[in-house]
Amino acid sequence: MSNTKNITICNTLCNTEILAIFNDHDPALLEQLAQEAQKITRRYFGRTISLYAPLYLSNHCANQCVYCGFHASLKIPRRKLNEQEIEAEYQALAHAGIQSILLLTGESRQHTPPEYLEAALKAAKKYFANIALEVYPLETEEYARLNAAGCDGVTIFQETYDQARYKILHPAGKKSNYAYRYDAPRRIALGGLRQITLGVLLGLADWRQDILALHAQLRSLEKEFPGVDYAISFPRLRGTYDYKEKNYLVSDAELVKIICVTRILFPRIGINLSTRESASFRDRAVHFGVTKISAGSSTAVGGYAGLGASPACPPDRAVLENAPQFAVNDERSVAAVKAMLEKQGFDPVFTDWRCLAA
Amino acid sequence: MDELIIGGQKLTSRFFLGTGKFASKKIMRETIAQSGAQVVTVALRRVDIQQNAENFLNFIPQNVQILANTSGARQADEAVRIARLSQAAGLGNWVKIEVINDSKYLLPDDQETLKATEILASEGFVVLPYVTPDLYTARALVKAGAAAVMPLGALIGSGQGLQTKYLLEILRQEITETPLIVDAGLGAPSQAAAALEMGFDAVLVNTAVSLAADPVEMARAFGLAAQAGRAAYLAGKMPAGNAQASSPLTGFLHNE
Ligand code: SF4
Repeated sequence: MSNTKNITICNTLCNTEILAIFNDHDPALLEQLAQEAQKITRRYFGRTISLYAPLYLSNHCANQCVYCGFHASLKIPRRKLNEQEIEAEYQALAHAGIQSILLLTGESRQHTPPEYLEAALKAAKKYFANIALEVYPLETEEYARLNAAGCDGVTIFQETYDQARYKILHPAGKKSNYAYRYDAPRRIALGGLRQITLGVLLGLADWRQDILALHAQLRSLEKEFPGVDYAISFPRLRGTYDYKEKNYLVSDAELVKIICVTRILFPRIGINLSTRESASFRDRAVHFGVTKISAGSSTAVGGYAGLGASPACPPDRAVLENAPQFAVNDERSVAAVKAMLEKQGFDPVFTDWRCLAA
Repeated sequence: MDELIIGGQKLTSRFFLGTGKFASKKIMRETIAQSGAQVVTVALRRVDIQQNAENFLNFIPQNVQILANTSGARQADEAVRIARLSQAAGLGNWVKIEVINDSKYLLPDDQETLKATEILASEGFVVLPYVTPDLYTARALVKAGAAAVMPLGALIGSGQGLQTKYLLEILRQEITETPLIVDAGLGAPSQAAAALEMGFDAVLVNTAVSLAADPVEMARAFGLAAQAGRAAYLAGKMPAGNAQASSPLTGFLHNE
């Protein structure tokens, strides 16, 4: 790929050309991509960055993803929040100024059935403007029910689109059904949800192929459901468990390239960056493509109120210290992330979408 | 005095400002205050109904007319709900109907916009619908009671200017009973001036101002451009044409 290639026409590039960009290690090309991505992001999102926080309702999981700290056969303290504890978590987060939350569970239909999620959503409506879920894949009618209960969006990661790797990484449990998971975004859209976040877990397989496949899925969804707001997350694998596979790790430069190329190909989609990434990486990524970042995150069940905010939910040290799903890499508070954004010339936005359904 | 009257309100500035995408709410406030704009759009989805210190509304100067926009609505009924909610939240009864059901191009859905306009105009809202420059739609909106019609100049945020010029010209010629405001796509003050020269009543700009290196100055420039364009329109622009011999077709009659 020559550096003089006009990358503004990337959205007309074929996969071979995109792969050529992926495989070109010229720093000048990377800079060119970043500049273009920045221009596009500014055009559609201006200087605003949305803030959200993840909230883990449960760490029960029936699956055996070999890379995950919640993995069913791991002997970790399992816990799911009861109604009171959920309320306490909501209060703690709302108190920190968070208006947009992502509710997560491990993938256990048995411990966190749709009714449980429904109740959590209904309770969340009192506190938050925007509520999304990241849970096991559901049926269309179930998504419709969750929509009616106040769910604005659903996040579902395919993890990897490499089917051979997928099989190795998800040896047992419902999650081993690749096709059922792949079809989940369609069911989410058919269920009436407005926001769908897709993603791959970088580090599980060859990222180049994964990103191409992710883009292809997104293109076909855009065509079938043009009214949905799409977003993408690119979490990089961070070990909390003894997953030793190092062959597929993604470098900082590669992640930058992934974000920039995705932005150029999909000018209007949201791009999220979680606290898996370091503070220094996040501080820079907001300049060229990222539009939404989590802040003040805890990835442990009960992690917000448990850290001392509420007498209703005393800290459970065992859970807090031993069993987050992954290690947080940017531990700054919501206020600190907000201050960082302001310092860098951004407007941190807490309310950017509210469902006004009757 | 050359005034623009919308919803019974007299406006002297023909430059309307959008409030999204600014680097900070303080810069937004300063820009509105210095721009001369008398109408600013506010997206209800950005308004924190719980009214904390960061609330968007606290940064909108008191003396401007708020035009609540229904961004986020994908169907008419949602736009209607947002309009009612914004009125209940104290944002007044001016509403920009924005119904978008295509997250790729962000083009407005004219049919749904028309439905929402019919309902809200009948409820007494001052309705300004954002649409593609389609003559049938514009006529129907006027009939439905729109206080002004806001056709797009180009795709939102594109800064491409008057890409829809030929369609806009048709609208301006045919729709004379209702103000027409070019909304979306303007990237430079010269494009705003061109829209006013064409006879449009006002322009609405957001991205070109909020992303300028100096938004306050850029807003001022847009305000001046709107004034210049309007003055040119009122002065009656000479018709454009190529230089040519004085009587190329009939000169032979006098050449004896
Ligand atoms: S990645 Fe999800 S499904 Fe897999 S083990 Fe972890 S929590 Fe369970």
